[in-house]
Amino acid sequence: MKHIVTLLVENKPGVLARIVGLISGRGYNIEGLTVASTLDPEVSRMTIEVPGDDRVIEQVTKQLNKLVDVIKVADLTAQRYIGQELVFLKVAVGEEQRGAVMDLVGVFGAKVILVQPNSLVIRLVDEQQKIADFLDVMKPYRVQEINRSGLIAMAAD
Amino acid sequence: MRTGAQCVIDGLKDAGVTTVFGLPGGAVLDLFDTLSRAPFEFVLVRHEQGAAHMADGYARATGRTGVCMVTSGPGATNTVTGLATAHMDGVPIVCVTGQVPSHMIGNDAFQEADTVGITRAVTKHNYLVRNVDDLPRIMAEAFKIARTGRPGPVLIDIPKDVQRAKTAAVFTGDPDIRSYKPMERGHPKQITRLAQAINKARKPLFLVGGGVIAGEASAELTELARKAGVPVATTLLGLGAFPETDPLALRMVGMHGFVAANRAISACDLLVSVGARFDDRVTGKISEFAPHATIAHIDIDPSAISKSVETHIPVVGHVKQVLQALLLEVQSVDRSGWLTQLDEWKKQSPAAYDVHSKVLLPQFVIEKIYEVSKGNAIVVTDVGQHQMWSAHFYKYTQPRTFLSSGGLGTMGFGLPAAIGAQLGRPDKRVVTICGDGGIQMNFQELVVAVEHKLPVAVVILNNGRLGMVRQWQEMFYAKQYSASILTPDGRPANERMADAKPGKYLPDFVMMAEAHGALGLRVTRQEEVVKALEKAFTATGPVVVECIVAPEENVYPMVPPGASLTEMIQSMA
Repeated sequence: MKHIVTLLVENKPGVLARIVGLISGRGYNIEGLTVASTLDPEVSRMTIEVPGDDRVIEQVTKQLNKLVDVIKVADLTAQRYIGQELVFLKVAVGEEQRGAVMDLVGVFGAKVILVQPNSLVIRLVDEQQKIADFLDVMKPYRVQEINRSGLIAMAAD
Repeated sequence: MRTGAQCVIDGLKDAGVTTVFGLPGGAVLDLFDTLSRAPFEFVLVRHEQGAAHMADGYARATGRTGVCMVTSGPGATNTVTGLATAHMDGVPIVCVTGQVPSHMIGNDAFQEADTVGITRAVTKHNYLVRNVDDLPRIMAEAFKIARTGRPGPVLIDIPKDVQRAKTAAVFTGDPDIRSYKPMERGHPKQITRLAQAINKARKPLFLVGGGVIAGEASAELTELARKAGVPVATTLLGLGAFPETDPLALRMVGMHGFVAANRAISACDLLVSVGARFDDRVTGKISEFAPHATIAHIDIDPSAISKSVETHIPVVGHVKQVLQALLLEVQSVDRSGWLTQLDEWKKQSPAAYDVHSKVLLPQFVIEKIYEVSKGNAIVVTDVGQHQMWSAHFYKYTQPRTFLSSGGLGTMGFGLPAAIGAQLGRPDKRVVTICGDGGIQMNFQELVVAVEHKLPVAVVILNNGRLGMVRQWQEMFYAKQYSASILTPDGRPANERMADAKPGKYLPDFVMMAEAHGALGLRVTRQEEVVKALEKAFTATGPVVVECIVAPEENVYPMVPPGASLTEMIQSMA
């Protein structure tokens, strides 16, 4: 099962390497990772998506907590949280398909952020299930490239 | 204004350091230049691994933080095994490494290695110092992190230009690290829960680990066990935390544990781990470990709780404080039935070997070390069969008198760690018990013992084998003695030795001892053992005592890997 682990860490060189090293050293693959500073510029917030069974992830979060540069760790999976992701899609579209694609963009509340003669770049910000649905319905079109940000998440309470 | 190098020396002085182990090189010349005027002793090692193990042995023997100082690149990488050893066993070390100048980092400069990258997984924390103004604070933080919580090694990597740069920065007082707040006090409710469980238990057992020694809580533990009438088993690293001569002592548990201790674990109804982390060599098969017991665990490290064994009553806190609090709440309970049962098991299966053997046996030598030292020595082992026999045939009554690489199992640890221990404890006799395999891994450090006139007794139990490997091959690999025989006889065909004469053994340890400036003695018969040991224990400098022992003696009892603690093999017969 995929776990969403969120961390507050010191904004210093080497901190990311410590965290990633701890997870990868146990043979777990990080599926998503976002890092950015918080209101306090010396503190960063990380959101990590990592699959693994509950016991293992509990161990991993304890070990992460033990790292000197980690201020706080929480596994959001067991609590109420909101999580969204940003995705860019570059779609090759000719005149005849443009209308259909624009309809889907509208339905999903996405936005076209770049228009070129033979392609569009679409941006969607939403929950991961919605993004999966959107990528699904876009399959019949020529999606040339996608880039996902990885999840950012926050506990509801 | 001070240089970075001066900040390091001052930081060591402020931390109360009196001894530094190390070896110089290009990237630490500034540090060593300042070091030559420092108000503490410097011990020049012959290999940086030796420096790390010496700092480790010094720390284990004294409870103070061991310090080593080495150069960049190979100097730093040579300490990795020593740092990993200390990391596994929770030993406080501060290791200062030189680094190539800041502007050359990442350019594959001469003697450059990514030291913080390489040591990240084998240290509790590490620093690359990029600004000299940070150095005074980092020195204070490093000692705080190394010493507090679950102790461990901290490495500080300092580029050459930072050592030379000047700063007005100073740091005094206790560094406040917002992301590092070890939990020092156990939760009162959990302590009460545990006390009630102890009072209620009919067959309680304390499982005591190295945390009790690191936490200086042996006196509290002993008082608690005696007050509550609870028997005590120890892990390898817990040896000495509770007097093994006490009637409540069940001695060591685990793969080569005593029968009574292992049976007690399988029979108890409450198991209280006191600073023991349920290592796999302790538990055997997890699903059959302590099957009838409520598990309680006192540990300063929250990540140790329920790591391998599901814990019902966790108490996270400093072991000394938790035991002091427990002392106020536990009652004296009559458990004579349980204690009588344990006494019977102890009598049925003591540590034993063939006392009628005509051949010199390693167990006999260790018994004699116990007798000659009157049990007052600091015993430092290497890793292998002799390590287990040292746990069986010597009784430890004081903390910090049995030093061993438990977690990492580092061969080559014994001699340098013994040197560090002797430097830290000049009031005690230090004896290192080694096998002929492990002693060769850091033999060069004997020079340090000679130079400092340290009366370390170096006992080599020479069976001409990598004995523990050979034992596993005999028991579990159909006697295929691949790469475990150091004499010519019985080697597989692809390991043939040129000029093989039966019994030929290299090197000659007596000549080795003499070449390093120490006295070397060789013992082949039982009646020579005591005399040689007495000579070693009364000498003013190091003495190497090589004992030629039976080549195929096995360590018993043994719980086969992956088996439950009840499945002990007590002999091959």
